Amino acid sequence: MVNIKINGAEYSVPEGSTILQAARTAGIKIPTLCYLKDINEIGACRICVVEVKGARSLVAACVYPVDNGMEIFTNTPKLIESRRTTLELILSNHNMSCLSCSRGGNCELHQLCNEYGVDMHKFDGENPMPEIDYSAVHMYRDNSKCILCRRCVAACAVNQGIGVIGANERGFATQITSAFDMDLADTACVSCGQCITACPTGALSEKDDTEKVLEAIADPNKMVVVQAAPAVRASLGEAFGYPIGTNVEGKMIAAMRRLGFDKVFDTNFSADLTIMEEATEFLDRVQNGGTLPLITSCSPGWVRYCENYFPEFIPNLSSCKSPQQMFGAVVKTYYAQKIGKKPEDIISVSVMPCTAKKFEIGRDDQSAAGVADVDIAITTRELANLIKKAGIIFNELPDEKADSPLGGYTGAGVIFGATGGVMEAALRTAAWKLTGESDSAPVDFKEVRGVEGIKEATYDVGGKTVRVAVASGLANAKKLLKSIKSGEASYDFIEIMACPGGCVNGGGQIIQPASVCNFTDIRADRAKILYGIDEASTLRRSHENPEVKALYDEFFGEPNSHKAHEVLHTTYKEQKLYR
Amino acid sequence: MNVIKTIDELNAIKAKYADVVGTRIEGKDCGVRDVLVCGGTGCTSSGSMKIVDVLQEEIKKNGLENKVNIIKTGCFGLCALGPIMIVYPEGTFYSKTEPEHIPEIVEQHLKNGQPVKKYLYEETVSGDDIKSLNETAFYANQNRVALRNCGVINPEHIEEYIARDGYQALHKCLTKLTPDDVIEIILNSGLRGRGGAGFPTGKKWMLARNLVKDADQKFVCCNADEGDPGAFMDRSVLEGDPHTVIEAMAIAGYAIGANQGYIYVRAEYPIAVERLKIAIKQAEEAGMLGDDIFGTGFKFRLGLRLGAGAFVCGEETALMTSIEGNRGEPRPRPPFPAVKGLFGKPTILNNVETYANVCQIILNGADWFASMGTDKSKGTKVFALGGKIHNTGLVEVPMGTTLRTVIEDIGGGIPNGKKFKAAQTGGPSGGCIPAEHLDIPIDYDNLISIGSMMGSGGLIVMDEDNCMVDIAKFFLDFTVDESCGKCTPCRIGTKRMYEMLEKITSGKATAEDLDKLEKLCYYIKDNALCGLGQTAPNPVLSTLRYFRDEYEAHINDKRCPAGVCKSLLNFSIIKDKCVGCGLCAKNCPASAISRTDYVAPGKKLAAMAIDTQKCVKCGACVDNCKFNAITKG
Amino acid sequence: MAFKKSAVPFAGTPEQEKKLKEVIDQHKDDPGALMPVLQGAQEIYGYLPIEVQQMIADAMEIPLEKVYGVVTFYAQFSINPKGKYRISVCLGTACYVKGSGDLYDKLQEKLGISGGGITPDGKFSLDACRCIGACGLAPVLTINEDVYGRLTPDDIDTILAKYN
Repeated sequence: MVNIKINGAEYSVPEGSTILQAARTAGIKIPTLCYLKDINEIGACRICVVEVKGARSLVAACVYPVDNGMEIFTNTPKLIESRRTTLELILSNHNMSCLSCSRGGNCELHQLCNEYGVDMHKFDGENPMPEIDYSAVHMYRDNSKCILCRRCVAACAVNQGIGVIGANERGFATQITSAFDMDLADTACVSCGQCITACPTGALSEKDDTEKVLEAIADPNKMVVVQAAPAVRASLGEAFGYPIGTNVEGKMIAAMRRLGFDKVFDTNFSADLTIMEEATEFLDRVQNGGTLPLITSCSPGWVRYCENYFPEFIPNLSSCKSPQQMFGAVVKTYYAQKIGKKPEDIISVSVMPCTAKKFEIGRDDQSAAGVADVDIAITTRELANLIKKAGIIFNELPDEKADSPLGGYTGAGVIFGATGGVMEAALRTAAWKLTGESDSAPVDFKEVRGVEGIKEATYDVGGKTVRVAVASGLANAKKLLKSIKSGEASYDFIEIMACPGGCVNGGGQIIQPASVCNFTDIRADRAKILYGIDEASTLRRSHENPEVKALYDEFFGEPNSHKAHEVLHTTYKEQKLYR
Repeated sequence: MNVIKTIDELNAIKAKYADVVGTRIEGKDCGVRDVLVCGGTGCTSSGSMKIVDVLQEEIKKNGLENKVNIIKTGCFGLCALGPIMIVYPEGTFYSKTEPEHIPEIVEQHLKNGQPVKKYLYEETVSGDDIKSLNETAFYANQNRVALRNCGVINPEHIEEYIARDGYQALHKCLTKLTPDDVIEIILNSGLRGRGGAGFPTGKKWMLARNLVKDADQKFVCCNADEGDPGAFMDRSVLEGDPHTVIEAMAIAGYAIGANQGYIYVRAEYPIAVERLKIAIKQAEEAGMLGDDIFGTGFKFRLGLRLGAGAFVCGEETALMTSIEGNRGEPRPRPPFPAVKGLFGKPTILNNVETYANVCQIILNGADWFASMGTDKSKGTKVFALGGKIHNTGLVEVPMGTTLRTVIEDIGGGIPNGKKFKAAQTGGPSGGCIPAEHLDIPIDYDNLISIGSMMGSGGLIVMDEDNCMVDIAKFFLDFTVDESCGKCTPCRIGTKRMYEMLEKITSGKATAEDLDKLEKLCYYIKDNALCGLGQTAPNPVLSTLRYFRDEYEAHINDKRCPAGVCKSLLNFSIIKDKCVGCGLCAKNCPASAISRTDYVAPGKKLAAMAIDTQKCVKCGACVDNCKFNAITKG
Repeated sequence: MAFKKSAVPFAGTPEQEKKLKEVIDQHKDDPGALMPVLQGAQEIYGYLPIEVQQMIADAMEIPLEKVYGVVTFYAQFSINPKGKYRISVCLGTACYVKGSGDLYDKLQEKLGISGGGITPDGKFSLDACRCIGACGLAPVLTINEDVYGRLTPDDIDTILAKYN
């Protein structure tokens, strides 16, 4: 511990902490824009400047380490004026169409401008308005709102190990673009959307598909069904004032009904279905000498990454469609048949914590009934907007339950939303099978839980040793795959999620400002909800799901059957990095 | 060259080449003449390589091959007089040499011993008396430490460097001094970084040695990314005496415990790069770089890295990010390079001129060095004199010399009878010093106290024809262009500053704008991420401090007192002075001048007049009027 | 977004590619090799179009965007080819105070291109540069390796005529 003074008062703070962290422990929030803990500590925006006695100039609190005896001032008139000028300079090079901005009401820059009381037009001068890049399916980039904090660059390059966007040119001409300013759609972007949740302003946004949803609902000739992914219920409440880590499943379902969806289902159901297929595929590969390790394919960002960067692992990818796509496929085959509708008369909507899902619905080989399995994929944020737009008072809604069939789930299905969840769910069913369908087979596989980037475990199930690994965040995936390639490591079964922490931290979730993310692990808080639901469930193994059982009895026969393969499985192919 | 293992072997080479170099240093007559032709960038640009070719031809023609050596050297300093050629043992100084002069010089001087007076630098000739170069006012006031070998030795021969005590200092360090001794000597000498900020060199080394004890690797870097426009002393050292930098870096490596060094040099300096490559190769062959230097087991290797045109890479953390293969953007400090520098390892970075002092300090002692200079700034400093001054070139003077001595005595004053207005030091980070401070002794602290800074030593002289607002705008244009774009104050702030200056020079600014500009300056100083951003407002602040009236004239009177800012200029023809020759109209690119009906008394032709609507304010009419009948202002 | 591909079609030869591979191999174990590799590549091709940057990115296993970010940071790297005669006007302080700005203006007017541009026939390209260190000759400009000093705008025509 070191002793320091902040604004005259004495504090004892951990050695090695930054001024920002030290001030926080003293109950003082120093404003930040560019700082993202661990991945973007570059001291560039200068909004966090503070005065340190004896220092030649102001120092950036986000990167400046405290020292014993240091005297720090965080709110002198000089600092307030400095921060205000910084904001005013940023605004002089900013598209201030705040009223129509995708981040209206949720913009870190706007928030600070309000706090500091800026003169919007203090500085005039060149303020270029670069063209908006609408090329990608899942998002658009509006550089006129970019403040060059580079948080997106860090998310893409550091967390995801991809780096399709970065700072180019220099000085006033610096812009965050892809190489040669090529369209994002032509790059190796995997659509994970991590850049969007990292962005403090409206420079990066998901493509808004909410109008399509409203039009579908308004079409009297269509039946519109909706599914919501496990992680959505763990974040949606944040848009309505609930603390991070509040489960709003019941209200979410109620809200979707009030939006006018004909049927409200749950992706948790198809998560259970995925386990049926994937666990069977795994056991089949183990028993019949198939390609191992088997790697999960639920995360479309990861699948795309694999096709782009590690095509040699394509044979390892599970042929299972993702839960979203399985759900869509089941709706348009089994369910359509069951209710006597033509698949083309059903519009299948999904609500996902993920922007890559927008990309996934358009992939090849994702139309089991000859029409798209899923027609519209929206994010958690878009659902929140729809609810607000429709005037639904979310907080006052009753808790409701999803429709059946295709709405019921087990504890195994819901933990899909957190890193390690798919692995644990698969292990539950695999262990049950390998122990001769014994109900005393283990249910908890705690070693694969938690937010760590790479987790490894070895289990002895039914006399068989199973080596597993779980990675979240594509930079971690890269590390893991490289260690396999070099022969350093060897596994039987691997779960990979594109986003750090899994879907709970997906690129489509409610955006929390950096001032929150830097001091709270929102991944852990959201994951806790899912494990809580799991623990409270009476059914915790996917194969115990009665609706899933009925589906096999009535339609597929058994997992990995010919029919199941036709409807629930897909293929992959190597992609060129740049088009 | 064989590997040199012992001091005896080193001394043997020194003795063997003593005469060769002695001819030039002491004027020793060994029956052979040395003709030194400057091969620095300045003289090469004015054609010195052609001179070498013709010399070789003529010497052959006259059968003097065994009597005359031609030596391509580094910069002599007097770049304005290039191409420069010096003949030893006499030390006679030929300036502005043309290929046509050579046959006569070879025949008369090299063959018959009679210098050709008409081609000598005029200041060295008075009647029958011919002075040597060292006796000219330009050189007499100088004290060459860093430049001691420039223009004296052939930089492509390690032997000549050895003859000038080369690699003696390294040997002394490796065999007689501990690393702590070395650091103490440098510390006691008072040497401060010559790259700009003036941080004590010994302290820098000490921190790098002591702060991280268990580092598996440390680095020694040399900043040769001399970027201040108008400063070229580092280039001259590299071109004229590359081994001194190599030797000093090895010493620094020994002192801090590093065995790898990098020299980061501007790619715009092809001659310096080439000479460094040669020198590194020779040093490796001679065992002065390698795995077992002087048989002591000390290991030190050097790599060369070329910049690629980014001024910001002169900033230490940016330079390191650039060597690492990235965009050369500065990193926040702390961590300081002494703790976490290049590739995350403890690193020191010194500039070329700093290193050029090190070997001399080791050999002559800290006291010798500390005896030169002022209280807090020891030793000498090299300045690159440029702008409106007679003797453009490189000068090295003791710290504490006054600006007046440098400009008037050494520099020979301002040409064309114009009046001195300001001297700019410190490049884009520095400021303009007005006449009232000409007698201030130059050192780090004095320059800062008058609102400028030492910088790397560019010294640009400006006369009454230079507009100070325009100069400030010029530097801001540079900063905006060279800003890395990482931090907000520099990226957007300097751009806004430039735009405000543009508003002022185009007569569109108000008093409020001036106030806003000044506040923005102080804001950037306090808030920018790196030294470059923090000092970027200096050109504006210093001109505001000393030449506020010029700013006010632009703003209040819409007038540029120096007649530079085009939008504020109005050209008009004084009708009674105009003889109607029409030369102005002929040379007007915009056809803005036509004849009037008015014939002035005593003149034969009708006077001309300028259509101010059409005038593009190029000034061609003024230049062409032989009757001083056109005014601008 | 406007894809900044060079207007001139890429015409790299297998020999050039081989040379580039050699340069990359040479720097394989060099930490921070990207800069020397780019400098080598520009020497081989004269400029750094997307095709060349892609080869470098692939061989060095770094994202193309990183290569591009470095290229666009440094003034000496060019993604467009330069003219047969590369004109460079020094806008360093010493030259500027002696009127190099006028030389630059005159050249832009004469060649009908702005700084950084290339004439349609590919003959001349024009750039401003920072101090080349020939301050004694200020103001100066260079055309390829030739240096011209102590100039006035009137000298421009005569100099250009030499290359026509």
